[in-house]
Amino acid sequence: MQDGQQAPLLKAEGITHNFGALRACDDISLEVFPGEVLCIAGESGSGKTTLLKVLSGRLAPSAGRVTCRSDDGLAHDLYALDESARRQLMRSQWGIVEQNPRDGLRMGVSAGANVGERLMALGQRNYGGLRATALDWLGKVEIDGERVDDLPQTFSGGMQQRLQIARNLVTGPRLVFMDEPTGGLDVSVQARLLDLLGGLVAQLDLAAIIVTHDLAVARLLAHRLVIMRHGEIVEAGLTDQLLDDPQHAYTQLLVSSVLQA
Amino acid sequence: MMADGTAETARPDSGYNFAYLDEQTKRMIRRAILKALAIPGHQVPFGSREMPLPYGWGTGGIQVTASVLGPDDRLKVIDQGADDTTNAVNIRRFFARTANVATTERTQEASLIQTRHRIPETQLQEGQILVYQVPIPEPLRWLEPRESETRKMHALSEYGIMHVRLYEDIAQWGRIANSYDYPVQVNGRYIARPSPIPKFDNPKMDMNPAIQLFGAGREKRIYAIPPYTKVKSLDFEDHPFDVETWDEPCALCSARNSYLDEIVTDDRGTRMFVCSDSDYCGQRRDAGHRGHQAPPAGLLGQTGGKENR
Amino acid sequence: MYVAVKGGEQAIEASLRLLDAERRGDPEVPELSLEQIKQQMTLAVDRVMSEGALFDRELAALAIKQARGDLIEAIFLLRAYRTTLPRLAVSAPLDTSRMTLKRRISAIFKDVPGGQVLGPTFDYSHRLLDFSLAELARDETPIEEELPPAEPLPDTMPRLVDILNQDGLIEQDFPDDTQRPVGDLTREPLPLPAGRDIRLQNLARGDEGFLLALGYSSQRGYGHVHPFAGEIRHGYVAVEIVPEELGFAVEIGEVDVTECHMVTQFTGSAEAPPQFTNGYGLTYGQGERKAMAMALVDRSLRAEELGEETTSPAQDQEFVLSHSDNVEASGFLQHLKLPHYVDFQSELALVRRLREEHDKARTKDRDQQDAAE
Repeated sequence: MQDGQQAPLLKAEGITHNFGALRACDDISLEVFPGEVLCIAGESGSGKTTLLKVLSGRLAPSAGRVTCRSDDGLAHDLYALDESARRQLMRSQWGIVEQNPRDGLRMGVSAGANVGERLMALGQRNYGGLRATALDWLGKVEIDGERVDDLPQTFSGGMQQRLQIARNLVTGPRLVFMDEPTGGLDVSVQARLLDLLGGLVAQLDLAAIIVTHDLAVARLLAHRLVIMRHGEIVEAGLTDQLLDDPQHAYTQLLVSSVLQA
Repeated sequence: MMADGTAETARPDSGYNFAYLDEQTKRMIRRAILKALAIPGHQVPFGSREMPLPYGWGTGGIQVTASVLGPDDRLKVIDQGADDTTNAVNIRRFFARTANVATTERTQEASLIQTRHRIPETQLQEGQILVYQVPIPEPLRWLEPRESETRKMHALSEYGIMHVRLYEDIAQWGRIANSYDYPVQVNGRYIARPSPIPKFDNPKMDMNPAIQLFGAGREKRIYAIPPYTKVKSLDFEDHPFDVETWDEPCALCSARNSYLDEIVTDDRGTRMFVCSDSDYCGQRRDAGHRGHQAPPAGLLGQTGGKENR
Repeated sequence: MYVAVKGGEQAIEASLRLLDAERRGDPEVPELSLEQIKQQMTLAVDRVMSEGALFDRELAALAIKQARGDLIEAIFLLRAYRTTLPRLAVSAPLDTSRMTLKRRISAIFKDVPGGQVLGPTFDYSHRLLDFSLAELARDETPIEEELPPAEPLPDTMPRLVDILNQDGLIEQDFPDDTQRPVGDLTREPLPLPAGRDIRLQNLARGDEGFLLALGYSSQRGYGHVHPFAGEIRHGYVAVEIVPEELGFAVEIGEVDVTECHMVTQFTGSAEAPPQFTNGYGLTYGQGERKAMAMALVDRSLRAEELGEETTSPAQDQEFVLSHSDNVEASGFLQHLKLPHYVDFQSELALVRRLREEHDKARTKDRDQQDAAE
């Protein structure tokens, strides 16, 4: 949780991004602290996915700065780093869970290889060890170890998403970015996944930035919540406070529409 | 094998420069080769020319050979380890026509060896150059089709995916199921393809005293392994790299340490195994080694070691 | 007893002699002259010049004759010859607005300055086999003399895109080409991502069939660009060089070319008013199908720079540019004919070993099962 003594893991200042004439993000600033889950919520077209791409090092913003802190305590200006250093940082410190598991998994290789890839990239060269770790992680995300040699395309959507999460967490990242992790899943499957995510985040002391249109996801997972509309942050605060007592008219609208549904 | 060498000793065709390429082009290619030697295993783009031989048939190797070949060189050309396969003959004919250099079949006498799919069994020496013909230079190609992406992966040493492929083999087959063009790491840095040589030949690349040059004409890349450079075949600690072995020795020369071709000798599926390196096999037979199916001495005629000027 | 197959040299010589005989066919039938090929196989000659990247009708005809009519083989022959030629000069850009036209049509205006000029085209011919051609004509009057006299065409005819350009309705052909030197694929390896100069050069040398299929795929929805055939023109245009010692352009000859401007999907933003974009195609000789396909593919390949989503093969630079060259493709595909027995041997050994292990595992399973029962 937020701690006055601790420096933020990631800090965004004045992020603005334009697609041609369209302003997707307008002067956005936010911070994420170690072990903290931040949700960015808004309707589609609010610019939240663009913001996530900027924060996670995959899209250089038109203006503004993203600063991130690595294990050694040093702060780095993400887009001032050369690509090699940026990729190294992303590989070793971060995880990225895509909305569509097909974008985040290697669909042509087995579940075990998907989990082991980042370890191999970091130089692990023991097949037996890799396999043991893969089996261990499949267990943690509630996938039967029997499926370790199966291709992800034989998995259900929920299993694919859990496999993607295992693939990202296996190297012990400090910060994970997730774009609509429950999007496209059945409601019952969503609940199970959220449960699992909540458990893992607490257990591993992970920080996470989660983009979602679903306030229920925020309610379950997030410590803090940011509401976006038309590329701007309209309201931010502790999740429970914000959802129980929304101040901005738009937030009120969002909250009431959820309650009605 | 050449009948009597007449075609190969013919005067070079007039109208073309020595070894076909013009000197400017050779200089450009030699610059690429020098750069490749300075960064072992790194693929250097070069302005590959259109050659009078088809792409995929050795245009890269031929351009490299043409660029480093001098009038005093002695050239050996092999395909599948043999000097007498049609493609080897054809490339030798090309240089005989355009450069009029001496040729040989003896590995130890050649100053320059152009090869497709094999490394000679005879240990190479300092001062020799081995030129490989390379169809696809990019080791990451089957895993990542995009050139712009693979270049980044090389630049950042993002090679995890290479082991993913090996992992998958072991998971599926119980062993690494890659038998030729087996990827290597050169000098602890770049991952490279050794060209489609059998993995049997991979250990010969390691700390080899000769200069190893790789030319890919269609893909317009040159890479190199300088003499005495570490070349490691990728593997896992608990599934180490190994090479093919045969239950029987060469039927002609009884060699046990060479790569054997399987020859189907009749329509009932009878097979025999003989050295793929025709020069090595011949030299062993000349030295008196006899395999269990070797013909009586003299019947095969002259074996290895023909030279032509 | 095994004796290795020998005699590659003699086999190759014999094969070449057989090839000569096949090319010549029945010696009773008169041999084709280059003049005949140049005069009566014009479109074959045009294609070989375009994709062979060398404007020389005589050599293209020779290549076609030597290749027994296999145009890709003829293109290969011409390319291999082309590399050996010295570069004496680099021409100034062709000015296709100053073209002596044989044909010029536009599909986007009913009438255009200078008029629609149909010229020789298959377009409105009925594709009925003309059996009168099966017999050689006895005494021929030149067909052109039978034609009604036409009004002479003006020497220059403005290009439609230039007219649209005046109103800013369509983007300039090459807005940024003034400073950067034009790339040369025949001297430098293909850079990726490639600029439009390199892409056009690649497409101009690219295989007509490949571009046709890609252009067609874009029309069927794999990366639609909403094309209109803005203008297609075929005719003769002067080639000029600017010798350094003179400092002004000197005409050194003329070439005939086909040029196609596709007027395509408009763009615009807050800063830039909406305007049509273009795709460009150019071939030697009369190569309308190729020029049109090239223009479509050129436009498709601009998707990224125009901020469009790239989802289709025709929009994928690496895919298109790496596979368009038929000399490369043909060589690499056919290299599968070369011996691969060493590699196959190692693959064979591997499969045998895997089968052994498979058998062993099966036997073990069965034994365990038996024991359990």
